[in-house]
Amino acid sequence: MAKLILSNDKIEKIKAICKSFNNEKGEVINVLHKVQGTLGYLPAEVQEVIAQELNVSLAHVYGIVTFYSFFSMTPKGEHPISICTGTACYVRGAEKVLDEFKRQLSIKVGETTPDGKFSINCLRCVGVCGLAPIVYVGDKAYGKMTPEIVKDVLAEYI
Amino acid sequence: MEIFRFFLILSFFFQNKFVSLHSGKIKLKSNMANYKMHLLICGGTGCKAAQADEILTNLRQVVEDKGLENEVQVIHTGCFGFCEKGPIVKVLPDNTFYTQVTPDDAREIVEEHIIKGRKVSRLLYEDPTTKEHISDSKHMGFYLKQHRVALRNCGFIDPENIYEYIAREGYSALGKCLTELDPQKTCDIIKQSGLRGRGGGGFPTGLKWEITKNVPGDQKYVVCNADEGDPGAFMDRSILEGDPHCVIEAMAICAYAIGANKGLVYIRAEYPLAIERLKIAIEQARQYGLLGTDILGTGFNFEMEIRYGAGAFVCGEETALIHSMEGMRGEPTFKPPFPSVSGYLGKPTCVNNVETFANVPTIINHGAEWFRSIGTEKSPGTKVFALAGQINNVGLIEVPMGITLREVIHEIGGGIKNGKKFKAVQTGGPSGGMLTEKHLDTPIDFDNLVAAGSMMGSGGMIVMDEDSCAVSMAKFYLEFTVEESCGKCSPCRIGNKRLHEMLEEISHGKGTMEILDKLRNLSQVIKDTSLCGLGQTSPNPVLSTIENFWDEYVEHVVEKKCRAGQCKDLMQYFIIEEKCVGCTACVRVCPVNAIAGEKKVPHTIKQDLCIKCGACVEKCKFNAIITK
Repeated sequence: MAKLILSNDKIEKIKAICKSFNNEKGEVINVLHKVQGTLGYLPAEVQEVIAQELNVSLAHVYGIVTFYSFFSMTPKGEHPISICTGTACYVRGAEKVLDEFKRQLSIKVGETTPDGKFSINCLRCVGVCGLAPIVYVGDKAYGKMTPEIVKDVLAEYI
Repeated sequence: MEIFRFFLILSFFFQNKFVSLHSGKIKLKSNMANYKMHLLICGGTGCKAAQADEILTNLRQVVEDKGLENEVQVIHTGCFGFCEKGPIVKVLPDNTFYTQVTPDDAREIVEEHIIKGRKVSRLLYEDPTTKEHISDSKHMGFYLKQHRVALRNCGFIDPENIYEYIAREGYSALGKCLTELDPQKTCDIIKQSGLRGRGGGGFPTGLKWEITKNVPGDQKYVVCNADEGDPGAFMDRSILEGDPHCVIEAMAICAYAIGANKGLVYIRAEYPLAIERLKIAIEQARQYGLLGTDILGTGFNFEMEIRYGAGAFVCGEETALIHSMEGMRGEPTFKPPFPSVSGYLGKPTCVNNVETFANVPTIINHGAEWFRSIGTEKSPGTKVFALAGQINNVGLIEVPMGITLREVIHEIGGGIKNGKKFKAVQTGGPSGGMLTEKHLDTPIDFDNLVAAGSMMGSGGMIVMDEDSCAVSMAKFYLEFTVEESCGKCSPCRIGNKRLHEMLEEISHGKGTMEILDKLRNLSQVIKDTSLCGLGQTSPNPVLSTIENFWDEYVEHVVEKKCRAGQCKDLMQYFIIEEKCVGCTACVRVCPVNAIAGEKKVPHTIKQDLCIKCGACVEKCKFNAIITK
């Protein structure tokens, strides 16, 4: 992957977030949450800045980013599609819905479409089992999904 | 009497705080009694995903249009539990329970019900057998056998208003502990109540408190485990969304009992609404002097903080959770030392689950005897379950321990969806096992579920019908464990991966009887040798399906057949000769030319070429293609 060059503005933002947690190394998870919330994802270059600011090794930061599924090193699409594959959704056919999204967009789980519009990722139970299977596009929820309506859902964003 | 006295103390505090409250950023309405009617809209994540916010806005708008805003209160509450029929709107004082409400129904509810006093019958719940409309929830099959202790306030109060919590005995238990009980007596009451950890293990809560209390240490911590990672379980989230103050109160009581002055809530970042409500509640409790220094003038200090999880199932394990809070990878460590001795930052730490805490204030208020009168001798009290899967009434239920699975599934759950046959129910999530028909009359409690080859877990209950394949379900859970294993110990890291591979082979039709033997042996090894609870329980879905659905495994291996039709590779497509008119539509759509046939002659599928893509089934207008 080509090396990403962070703008000074972004570096300053990351530094400010680290500072708001007193550059405390025990706060690294909270720092990562905040930074991902601001920048959208956590590429290696961002992790380098955080490691430096908190005075920990890059390996430590990388170890945490890759350990927790909430943190992502790749940017999400403009309309991130999150499909719940918790047990309740699975039993009610989430896999078929997921397959249909993959087929329609020709991407795999964790990937983003070449035009940057959509990305697919799986969630482990959001606890909305009454509406299973459930899919989120951005913040909007689509309950009781079926493979047949996948096309209509996507059409709303094209 | 004690409660009354406590209110006196509280009112004294309110008088002092009055000025700062109204100048503060959180505005509270305390004139609840002035309203003649209340419209309660479920504000849980489930109903919010189904436009509950719009319903609230519309109801408020119509109420305002009619000039009723001083007589009718419109609020969001916590989860009512009946998620299947959400979004739900409840009207008080007549207790009318409207189901599947849409934002467009707002006007009719206000004009008909509120103004003219006529119930909107089309929005009432219809009993599936008698077809009668039922307006009061307590007469519905879903609620008849429920007993709400931990969820006592969910769906009754506005979780963002501390007054409403206080009006329902809120903070009186804390008041009682601080003014009448010493720490040992507080521990004793919890011990006598027999409350056991609701997070899954079932360890006696009072004993945990006492152990932590007796460990010497200048600094101790109370931790609330809200890292509900079990897929299909959402009780902790619902409690935090619907009644956050009860968790705060219980944590303060625990802190008093064990001698701590700091509390931490470890909560999943995937629960933004619960986090928001908890933050508001903490802020309110602080403003009212129920958190902070010199609480209720008794000299007791307690402060609280929130820590966020980042999506790791293993962090539900207490040592892993503590490492995660310290800003490290959430990997478990060997016990002993237990967190009660050396936990967060090496200090004595008492970790309890959300639901466990939710029980504490009522036990203090009503006594250990009262709590013991509910449930069974060894598992007193109630348990909250998240009922989901192929069942008619999906939702959150709270039942007394000792109730049977049959009552839960068929009476509360309303039976299996689409009239299908019950096959199995998974309790305890990925760590539990599948229970079948023969277990339906077993009374549910911690020990019985373990004896039956499953476990209580945090309370997920996933019901499966005859279309679910036992092998696929075991594979599904293993996939989860493989992904969530932290990788620290080899039995869990490598063993589960191997188990998953074997299950893959079986479901692809490549299984042998030898593999079945290996599957069983390896499962036992992983169970016996893994470091933490995750690995020690991860083979349970495999072992319990082998035990209960042995014939299905043999079918997969010997006959290469999946009776549920879920294992794609074992499925075969056939054309029914009588139904096929020979239109060649399927012949043309088949991507691998596996269908042979000429016009007006029934076609046939060459099984050796078929890739089971299903394109022909979609194309056929005559329903002539079936799978076997």
